[in-house]
Amino acid sequence: MSIIFLILPVTLLLSAGAVAAFAWATRSGQFDDLETPGIRALHEEPRECTEKTGNPSDRTS
Amino acid sequence: MSAAVEIGRPAAAPVPMQPEAQCAHCGLPVPRARLEPQHQEQFCCDGCQSVFAILHSAGLEEYYSQREASDARGGTPHRSQRQFEELDEPAFLQSHCRPEAGGVMRSEFFVEGVHCSACVWLLERLPRVTPAVLEARYDATRSVLQIAWDPTSAPLSDVARALDSLGYTPHPTHSTTLAAEQRKGDRALLLRLGIAGALAGNVMLMALALYSGESAGMAAEYATLFRWGSLAIATPAVFWAGNLFFRGGLAALRTRTPHMDLPVSLGLLAGYLGSAANTLRGRGEVYFDSLCTLIFLLLVGRYLQRTHQRRSAKASELLNALAPTTASLIDGDELREVPASALPIGSIVEIRVGERVTVDGVICAGSSALDTSLLTGESFPEEVSVGDRVHAGTTNLSAPFRVRVESVGGDTRLGRLMHSVETTQRERAPIVRLADRVAGYFVQAIVALAAVTLLVWWRLDASHAIDHTVALLVVTCPCALGMATPLAVSAALRAAARSGILFKGGEFIEELARPGIIVFDKTGTLTEGRLALTSWCGEEAHKQLVSAAEATSGHPIARAFQRSFGESPLHCESREEHPAGIRARVGARDGQRTHEVLVGSQSFVRAALGSLPISAVTRAQAHAAAGRTPVLVAVDGEITAIAAFADTVRADAESSLKKLAELGFQFEVLSGDDQRVVDAVVAELGIPMLDARGGASPEAKLATVTALRAEGQRVFMVGDGVNDAAAMAAANVGIAVHGGAEACLAAADVFTTRPGLSTVALAAEGAKRTLRVIRIGVGLSLAYNLLGVALAVSGRLDPLWAAILMPLSSISVVTAALRARTFTAPETP
Repeated sequence: MSIIFLILPVTLLLSAGAVAAFAWATRSGQFDDLETPGIRALHEEPRECTEKTGNPSDRTS
Repeated sequence: MSAAVEIGRPAAAPVPMQPEAQCAHCGLPVPRARLEPQHQEQFCCDGCQSVFAILHSAGLEEYYSQREASDARGGTPHRSQRQFEELDEPAFLQSHCRPEAGGVMRSEFFVEGVHCSACVWLLERLPRVTPAVLEARYDATRSVLQIAWDPTSAPLSDVARALDSLGYTPHPTHSTTLAAEQRKGDRALLLRLGIAGALAGNVMLMALALYSGESAGMAAEYATLFRWGSLAIATPAVFWAGNLFFRGGLAALRTRTPHMDLPVSLGLLAGYLGSAANTLRGRGEVYFDSLCTLIFLLLVGRYLQRTHQRRSAKASELLNALAPTTASLIDGDELREVPASALPIGSIVEIRVGERVTVDGVICAGSSALDTSLLTGESFPEEVSVGDRVHAGTTNLSAPFRVRVESVGGDTRLGRLMHSVETTQRERAPIVRLADRVAGYFVQAIVALAAVTLLVWWRLDASHAIDHTVALLVVTCPCALGMATPLAVSAALRAAARSGILFKGGEFIEELARPGIIVFDKTGTLTEGRLALTSWCGEEAHKQLVSAAEATSGHPIARAFQRSFGESPLHCESREEHPAGIRARVGARDGQRTHEVLVGSQSFVRAALGSLPISAVTRAQAHAAAGRTPVLVAVDGEITAIAAFADTVRADAESSLKKLAELGFQFEVLSGDDQRVVDAVVAELGIPMLDARGGASPEAKLATVTALRAEGQRVFMVGDGVNDAAAMAAANVGIAVHGGAEACLAAADVFTTRPGLSTVALAAEGAKRTLRVIRIGVGLSLAYNLLGVALAVSGRLDPLWAAILMPLSSISVVTAALRARTFTAPETP
């Protein structure tokens, strides 16, 4: 049971790590806008396709 | 159901000669006249065609597949066609743009017309449309597009025009610093909430070990470890995450106003000190888990309150941002759009038809009719000509004119009025909320109870006296009480916003819940705010002549004629428009005999004809006495008809007022319009009023409201104009109805986003229901507290009971708050 003397501080350290991650995420604005990123995820980035065909504006019909 | 629709459709629609063409941009059917068989793509309008062309030339055809994926319809792009020249003024750039490294500028636009994810996709690909834009990010929560652009390659107006041409009308927002400040506050509170949650979770784990160890028999060394561990975690929770409450409690003590934070701080402090002392002594109870949970739950309440409150406050800010106050400065031979506040005194500006006057000054060329209803409440347009003074906030109706600027910005009459609004608002006593009022009695009761407990137990068993007192203070800590109001209010704010009512703060819901006197403005509030034809006495055939003569005018009388008579088959050959009337030659299209038509006020027609028949004059006077505006019609030199116009009462006014009367409200009308008009409106409504006064200036309105409040009445001001703004700020709650002036929205505490007065009735009703929900929450939490007190005073309360009671009470309050129906409109049968 005395392992608890070791585990307890370790757990606390782990949760301190999680809290630090959360603090970083909050401070860097990850939670500022909770709507648009959900929409943005639906947009496929056409980057690969434009690299193949060159400048996208050349493709106009 | 769907089968019926499918069967019904082909029968209802006219049988098409060919498969119906759909617009390549918006998908709406293309009018036959616009069909171009030689092209592959068909368009319903020029707007769609040009957007389609822009998208193709920028290689953004993918927009259409994106839109299909998001299952949304494009809709016809709405374009403002403005030139946005004012965005290039140095003063504007300095106040609205932020320079960044490398010569890049950053600015924000509030954009209209974004309705699906394909729109977001397109907006963020703005750099492909306008290469001057380097990056574009859209924030759907705020409807704001943030762009980084290169000022050397194109002016900002180019970017704005590009957005406009795509159908997303941009409005510059200049609250970048304010938004940054708010964002900082939001992040700080979220961080506090998250850390408090993490700490509470960890303490709870240790408490679980302690509670189970207590029944299973745990070695003393482990119990000590967990107690010290809990102390270590609870210390930052109480003094860092919870310092918000201590600060609030201290402020409440200093200002001697009751506040929720006071009993919270008391419980937190007593609980922490008692538990810490017990930890040091190594015996007695500890309450760290309850304290941390309490802080976390209270912070959740705070966070919800802040987000919802800000959302409605932001909506009003953005509405204010929708008013770009620019003016067309005459600079040599050319016209230039400049911000109104940057105009030099003595310069000359041109006011076009339909435009808002943005300065105070004197007309130096031209004459016209001005709509002053937002500024004075007068429903009939005012005729102005050279030498007359015009004020900011009025609208030009009939002809362009030029104004020599005398004052701009805060020095205009409008500006001074707004300034008085700000002062009144600042001086208004803050609303003491129900929960805070309860907390005031609550804290006294607890202190008394704690003293009694301490004394009684000191006699009975001195060693446990302090423990029992601490237990009492912890268990009575008003957790549920602190959550009851924010939750009920934020749920209500959301429901209200969905029904078209925006509250600028939760306290106004509580204030509106108890009835009092509602002071109504007339023009635009009780009435539609626009003239309508109420009677036509004369030859039926001449209606066509009149509607042809008035067909293209923007004057309110002409508009009313257009609405009532519709399009005329006749043709207007020539027309001269005067501020008080119109003279036109109207005939059939085949060029047969034409008629000379005169439509206008008594004096205008008399001046044109030389004299008026006595019958026409008496009839016109009868209309005027009844609060209507008479308009005379003369055809070929003879009076043939008399029309009367009035600002009609809103269709839902009577039913809404009846509903409000049922809720216990009394009414008063204060209008800037003529007394006779006010009497006519009140008579038509048929609802008893305490008072109905016309000819009231903005100052008189303010004085009336202040006087009523001094009598101890609860006063609510409902209006739409700048002239109501000061009175709104002085009232308990100011309500602006849909379509009001921006200045009025700024002064109001509540505003509706749907036309009509039924939303006002709904607001009062919803507020009453919300207050009931708050009361239920407060009652529930007090009941739990009573149970806790009974346990604590009798010395039976242990930390486990405290840990169970607190979340249990919170959960029941939360459920009561979230399940309540507050602002839902009753379903119409």
